[in-house]
Amino acid sequence: MNKHTLSVLVENKPGVLARIAGLFSRRGFNIDSLAVGPTEHPEISRMTIVVNVEESPLEQVTKQLNKLVEVIKIVELDGSASVNRELLLVKVRADATTRGAVLDAVQLFRAKVVDVAPDAVTVQAVGNADKLADLLRVLEPFGIRELVQSGMVAIGRGSRSISERPQRTVTVPAPVSAITIAG
Amino acid sequence: MTEQGGQGSGSVTGAQSLVTSLEAAGVTDIFGIPGGAILPAYDPLMDSTRIRHILVRHEQGAGHAAQGYASATGRVGVCMATSGPGATNLVTPLADAHMDSVPMVAVTGQVGAAMIGTDAFQEADIRGITMPITKHNFLVTNPADIPRTIAEAFHIASTGRPGPVLVDVAKSALQAQTTFAWPTELQLPGYRPVTTPHAKQIKEAVRLIREARRPVLYVGGGVIRARASRELAQLAALTGIPVVTTLMARGAFPDSNPQHLGMPGMHGTVAAVAGLQKSDLIISLGARFDDRVTGNLDSFAPNALVIHADIDPAEIGKNRHADVPIVGDCREVIAQLVALLQAEGADGDYESWVAFLAGLKKSYPLGYDAPADGSLSPQYVIERLGAIAGPETIFTSGVGQHQMWAAHFIDYERPNTWLNSGGLGTMGFSVPAAMGAKVGMPDSTVWAIDGDGCFQMTNQELATCAINDIPIKVAIINNESLGMVRQWQTLFYNERYSNTDLHSKRIPDFVKLADAYGCVGLACESPEEVDATIEKAMAIDDQPVVVDFRVHRDAMVWPMVAAGSSNDEIQYARDLAPQFDEDDL
Repeated sequence: MNKHTLSVLVENKPGVLARIAGLFSRRGFNIDSLAVGPTEHPEISRMTIVVNVEESPLEQVTKQLNKLVEVIKIVELDGSASVNRELLLVKVRADATTRGAVLDAVQLFRAKVVDVAPDAVTVQAVGNADKLADLLRVLEPFGIRELVQSGMVAIGRGSRSISERPQRTVTVPAPVSAITIAG
Repeated sequence: MTEQGGQGSGSVTGAQSLVTSLEAAGVTDIFGIPGGAILPAYDPLMDSTRIRHILVRHEQGAGHAAQGYASATGRVGVCMATSGPGATNLVTPLADAHMDSVPMVAVTGQVGAAMIGTDAFQEADIRGITMPITKHNFLVTNPADIPRTIAEAFHIASTGRPGPVLVDVAKSALQAQTTFAWPTELQLPGYRPVTTPHAKQIKEAVRLIREARRPVLYVGGGVIRARASRELAQLAALTGIPVVTTLMARGAFPDSNPQHLGMPGMHGTVAAVAGLQKSDLIISLGARFDDRVTGNLDSFAPNALVIHADIDPAEIGKNRHADVPIVGDCREVIAQLVALLQAEGADGDYESWVAFLAGLKKSYPLGYDAPADGSLSPQYVIERLGAIAGPETIFTSGVGQHQMWAAHFIDYERPNTWLNSGGLGTMGFSVPAAMGAKVGMPDSTVWAIDGDGCFQMTNQELATCAINDIPIKVAIINNESLGMVRQWQTLFYNERYSNTDLHSKRIPDFVKLADAYGCVGLACESPEEVDATIEKAMAIDDQPVVVDFRVHRDAMVWPMVAAGSSNDEIQYARDLAPQFDEDDL
């Protein structure tokens, strides 16, 4: 497995997600997960894309992404130098006899119960992929009725920001107008 | 400027803003067809004194005409169509322009903003459809965005690696009132093409060039798009390095120059194929190691280091590892290579290599056998066309055998005189592309060299040419078959000719068809008539001319490297492999 985490800053415009998803599918690149959300700059969105490729195709992935006009910046986040998190919501079978054991597991993983029904609890957990996989392994024997998981989001460690100068736009002189425009 | 109908001071319709924007972008010619959604734009267009709109007969014709216009002039070609089927008919030319890096802007109408997504009449998500086949595309629903979007579209189409840009404008935006304000600067934070190469890479490239013993300049279409022919000539003259020009680069380097080995690839000359295959240093300039050039990639030029210069970083290392990657505009890259080689000394020793390739060029020239029955050979027709029409002529072609023969048997001396569909391989390219080229270069003779199969895909544009005084000349190389497919059936399918017989010597009658379209129709069946027929066509300058050259159907394109094979397995003619005396090296 060759998982790579790419943080991609894009212009917050309609159709950007379709452009990126389409690029991955037509070039035959595999996406493990993709998460999109706003950033500290309203005109910029950030995508965290986990791809499963060898080194050399990864270079093609980033180069092809960079060709998209609305892609501003791509940074590969190294696992050890970044914080990675996913969100998991899982509905576990839990009646009066098993609820105690389920809650123990939840506590052990510093997860949270966010909804309770007579025969089930819904657990919310945040962590990296390994931690969430471990939690699921422990909850599995009780019976998992439904689960939903977010894509991974990631941020580099330390004080540096990848979007530090995101507004640094290269302004291009507009095509010279051949005519005098009134008003 | 078209201001009438505007309400109040500075208030114009979106449609007027669109036309004024196109004028401001410097557009003088548009190929298109109106229809419901784009209709508002056609009203102010009628009053524009700067823009000539040429009403074509099919949107595909408009698209290829814009490509031909752009490729012949170097300026951005423009086409216009309505929503739905009008827009989807542009898909093929857009994909073609995307593959061959042709600067082009397509403006399409879209249904009103409120109707988008409702499966309205003539609605198609052309922005979604063309995402993978355009450099960029836009959907405009706010009329205030029209000028900026048009300015961005022309900027993106014409800079960096050129390509097609589509601007889809909702009918509601065309009808709404707005103000026209041409932008003074563009905000494209994610679009920053690198044109100036890195000095360190230039230095490293020069070191390899000086050390190499068997270098070759592998010249691609990027050299033509970058207008770098003069710089290339300097580099070649300075170093003496042999040159190959790909299908997209024919004309980038004069065929008359003895350093030129011709076109490499599946149907390349023996010398050009060997020049790459046996090389120890490939200097790739604006080329992309296409499968039609490399053949089997694993066995391609096994002993060569690669200097790969391209303005598109994604091309570098895509197919073949680059030892020295250079991102930059070919013109700047080559100029810097020349400057540094002049400073450090262009003292590479390539003598035995040059002699080896010159020997191959002499032993295995391009050639063909005249048919034994005295019938007309297609190569002869094309050869004579090139000789009589001369190097100032612009040639366009369709796709197939006639395309390969036109690439081989015409000597190109200048860039932008050979226009064809290289990457996508679009049959039907030639007639509309010739029309566009003639509009852009009205003083040049423009010959469309077409196959009888290709011609029947887009010949409706003869009407456009006849009516709008666009006197192109068309040479139909009529072998009454889908010739290239037939050649493969001859070689690889036991001569079982499944669905390649077009019967085009019987139906249609091309001379009558030309006549019906208001063109002069000529026919030529024997070698003796060829020169006189071409001269007759050359003498007609006030009408399009169509010549039906009725040629031998069994002629094949040689040399050939079978698909998927190694370039080492090139056949000079059927069952005839060239002998390489590599001991001479």
